[in-house]
Amino acid sequence: MATRPAPARPFAAGLPADPASLLLQHEVEQLLYLEARLLDDWDLDAWLALYTPDARYVVPTTDLPEGDPRSDLVFIDDDRDRMAARVVRLQGRHAHREYPWSRTRRFVSNVMVTAADGDEIEATAAVAVWRFRGGESAPFVGRCDVRLRRVDGRLRLCRKRAVLDHEALSDHGALSIIL
Amino acid sequence: MDVGSLVHDRPDLGRFRVHRSAMVSPAVHELERQRIFDRCWLYLGHESEVPNPGDYARRVVAERPLFFARTRDGELAVFHNTCPHRGALVCRTDRGNAEAFRCFYHAWTFDTTGALVGVPDIEGYGPDFDRGEMGLRSPRFDSFRGFVFVCFDRDTEPLREYLAGAAEYLDLVADQDPGGMRVIPGSNRYGIKANWKLLAENSVDAYHTPFTHRSFFDYMAGAAGREAPAAGDRRGFGRSLGNGHGVMENDAGYGRPIAMWHPCYGEEARAEMQGIKDELIARHGRDKALRMCEKTRNLLIFPNLVINDIMAVTIRVFQPTGPAGMDVTAWQLVPAGEAGARLRRRLDSFLTFLGPGGFATPDDVEAVESCQQGFRSGGVEWSDLSRGMHREPRGNDELQMRCFWRRWRSLVAGTPYVEQYERGLTPGAVPETAPSPELTAAAD
Ligand code: FES
Ligand SMILES: [Fe+2]
Repeated sequence: MATRPAPARPFAAGLPADPASLLLQHEVEQLLYLEARLLDDWDLDAWLALYTPDARYVVPTTDLPEGDPRSDLVFIDDDRDRMAARVVRLQGRHAHREYPWSRTRRFVSNVMVTAADGDEIEATAAVAVWRFRGGESAPFVGRCDVRLRRVDGRLRLCRKRAVLDHEALSDHGALSIIL
Repeated sequence: MDVGSLVHDRPDLGRFRVHRSAMVSPAVHELERQRIFDRCWLYLGHESEVPNPGDYARRVVAERPLFFARTRDGELAVFHNTCPHRGALVCRTDRGNAEAFRCFYHAWTFDTTGALVGVPDIEGYGPDFDRGEMGLRSPRFDSFRGFVFVCFDRDTEPLREYLAGAAEYLDLVADQDPGGMRVIPGSNRYGIKANWKLLAENSVDAYHTPFTHRSFFDYMAGAAGREAPAAGDRRGFGRSLGNGHGVMENDAGYGRPIAMWHPCYGEEARAEMQGIKDELIARHGRDKALRMCEKTRNLLIFPNLVINDIMAVTIRVFQPTGPAGMDVTAWQLVPAGEAGARLRRRLDSFLTFLGPGGFATPDDVEAVESCQQGFRSGGVEWSDLSRGMHREPRGNDELQMRCFWRRWRSLVAGTPYVEQYERGLTPGAVPETAPSPELTAAAD
């Protein structure tokens, strides 16, 4: 009845194996690992500092992975201000699903740089976020597409779109953490 | 089994309480399946989800797989999602458009009205094989202002009658745009480990709002320079709408994307929103238009449909999966004419509060799961829902929950439904009895 959707984006053939590309791959991986570590440590101010002032953080719904926040219902569509507000909320005592904080462990793998154009770089990674709290555990599994920009010589994140593989958040109840 | 004993309803004593077995007992859950979910009109979907001939969408309603479609003639059709041949699911994708529906198992093919139009190797069937008897089966269904409901009992009253006073509140949503309303793509699907009735209560509970959602109000105060409303100072009222439906209608604490401007929408939106308000006043008169623009409404349609017209309009339906579990699906309904910046304001307004990643819904999930966990402690048999029984019910009282429970009791106990007049006479006062052990036995 429905036609099978095409893959969201054809993967680039991969970076050439010259030293500059190897270095870039390393830099991108290290930034994504650092982000994962800061979130696992609940060091949210340091996490936010990884993002540029024009940053955007988007999570589409599970039934519409290609969802566009301008016309569709998504789970999260934060500009930098709302990312900061999310951090404030999670640091306070009134985000009840995260007070006390859950324990999380993020695994980032399959990192591929998919485009590099001057100071702007695009990459994609597979992500699994395990979350434990109140005797429950559930992993969030998905893909993370990021855009990075070199600012004053250092890589920063300017866009993150986390696309969940789940059909529904049946075991999670909410998306109370930052993916 | 005297299941009516689980609800004690004594307006004369200012007492209303629900025995917590109603939220944990497998016996009660089974009764609800038979006496509520197999009898009531249940929300299926919105007509705007299948605008064009051949469009279809599938659902699970009360554990039953169903799908609905727009026929080639533009009519709405609803089907049991099971092949009349040997049972396979006929519709196996969430949504799409089809010329016809073909069962993948033996390739029987049905047109968009459900008629069986293709049977491979039909010579294998004898002369008495009646193709006309072998079409897709439809449950009873009907639609009101675009909201489509199904009912698995032929004796239940017609939908319009069932909706009673809730129809007026559906009008207040459906009339917000001359072109009607549409469900936008994307839905929130999540599970909650709590009894479904706790979410029914939570969805029409304004008492918890300033406390549970304090972080949301702090955020709005920061973003918009407004103080959070204090407990008890919201102006509004709760209303029973008949047949167990209820609503709370309150002054909007902030702006409303329909046409109530607020600094958080930006100066550039001001004139446009005033224009929309003027149009609504011209079309509906001042009273109705201002209600649409400046009041929030949390509407509970018995048993499991919530339509909240708050920061945005959400349709939320919850399907019990057991005494302590439910699957929730929520959609966003928008005026069909909204696009561009106007639509973006609304989408943004939705996400600040609503949905699994919003700044409030996760706290509601935590609250109802927390209640369910608390029930396991024992020591307390009854939950109290008497708030506002002694006065003209306000928006943050619990009348709209009591009318839900009164209807619940009448259906599971098989007794007539009586609207309670909470002040003065109490024609429906029922003697209080203790629940029997078979009702109070919890699962594990
Ligand atoms: S079960 Fe559908 S064709 Fe046989
Ligand atoms: Fe709430």
